[in-house]
Amino acid sequence: MIYLQLLWVFIKIGVLGFGGGYAMLSLIQHEVVEHYAWMTTTEFADMVAISQMTPGPISINLATYVGYTTAGIWGSLLASFALCLPSIIMVYMIIKLFMNKKNSNLLDNTLKGLKPAVAGLIFAAGLSMMNTQNFVEIGRGQNNVSIIICVLAFVASYFFKANPILLIVLSGAIGFFVY
Amino acid sequence: MNLVCKRTNFFNCSSKSNHFLFYFRNMKRTWELFFTFMKIGAFTLGGGYAMLSMVEKAVVDQKKWIASDEFWDMIAIIQSLPGVFAVNTALYVGQKVAGRKGAFASMLGAILPSIVIILLLATVFREFRDNPVVERIFKGIRPCVVALILAPSLRMIKSAKVTWKTAIIPILAVFLIWWCKISPAYVILTAIAGSLVYALIIERKAKEAEK
Repeated sequence: MIYLQLLWVFIKIGVLGFGGGYAMLSLIQHEVVEHYAWMTTTEFADMVAISQMTPGPISINLATYVGYTTAGIWGSLLASFALCLPSIIMVYMIIKLFMNKKNSNLLDNTLKGLKPAVAGLIFAAGLSMMNTQNFVEIGRGQNNVSIIICVLAFVASYFFKANPILLIVLSGAIGFFVY
Repeated sequence: MNLVCKRTNFFNCSSKSNHFLFYFRNMKRTWELFFTFMKIGAFTLGGGYAMLSMVEKAVVDQKKWIASDEFWDMIAIIQSLPGVFAVNTALYVGQKVAGRKGAFASMLGAILPSIVIILLLATVFREFRDNPVVERIFKGIRPCVVALILAPSLRMIKSAKVTWKTAIIPILAVFLIWWCKISPAYVILTAIAGSLVYALIIERKAKEAEK
């Protein structure tokens, strides 16, 4: 049963994952944390950090991790394969059918229209991870180190395009010394 | 002698050996594809776009499997496909170079390092999760992860050239998913339908302008 659920969830994500790794991350977050409750939001945040720091596509890393924690090694293989399955069919079809420029223009414009919605999707995923489990001191009247880390990391990432791995390592070090 | 020659001709020996050679070369290419994408999968940090320049270097510059302009034309189309960008690229290059077998080999090469590394880390992380030092480190990391998700979404809004009029789209998406807990899948499907109509209108307008 869990295998069928994994298959269904990751095929769905493979079909609907427009706009790269972060868009898929928000789809995975909804299915895994909110819908099926396979993981807590804390576990999910840890998993995202690990996927960011290891080589390879983030969404494959996430699929492997989710599959492993829910159904062991076979689950991890199944989840990663399910994520690739729609791609196998689509790329094959694109190579056979979509080679002319006209269709690619239509595809391009469709994607342009899709972009604002996908951005909203990713933002929503970030917002739903902004809770008391991930931000330790909120509402306890302590110094708000979590909020400071979040704001600093946001500024560094958004304005200065800082390397995400560097930011994760630095905030890990801050956590180690502060808590 | 003559007879033998005729016989070999009759059984079409030469073309058979050609076929064998072709098969052998194809197998060699398949393995080459596998190892090329495995190397790329094992050493690229930071997602799909970091990987792209490495694929170009290997496939276009070094192995000369695909011409540069053809590669970039196809990448432009592949970028708009859903799914894992690295996997889509691997599938395309593999299919182009060595057919269906090549596509499968490239895909496996691209995802295998990720799977192995994550499986190793996941087993280790389970052991150390409750370790107080690890817990402290991850307490610092979690808010950073949230920032790392929020930042690219805003950058995406900027690059999509969202105006005050179209700002309703991302705001509505956030409201539906975050507040109403509607599945992002439905939001995406609705957005696809909407932007397909939009793209068709643009196309019709362009055609009318031509007339």
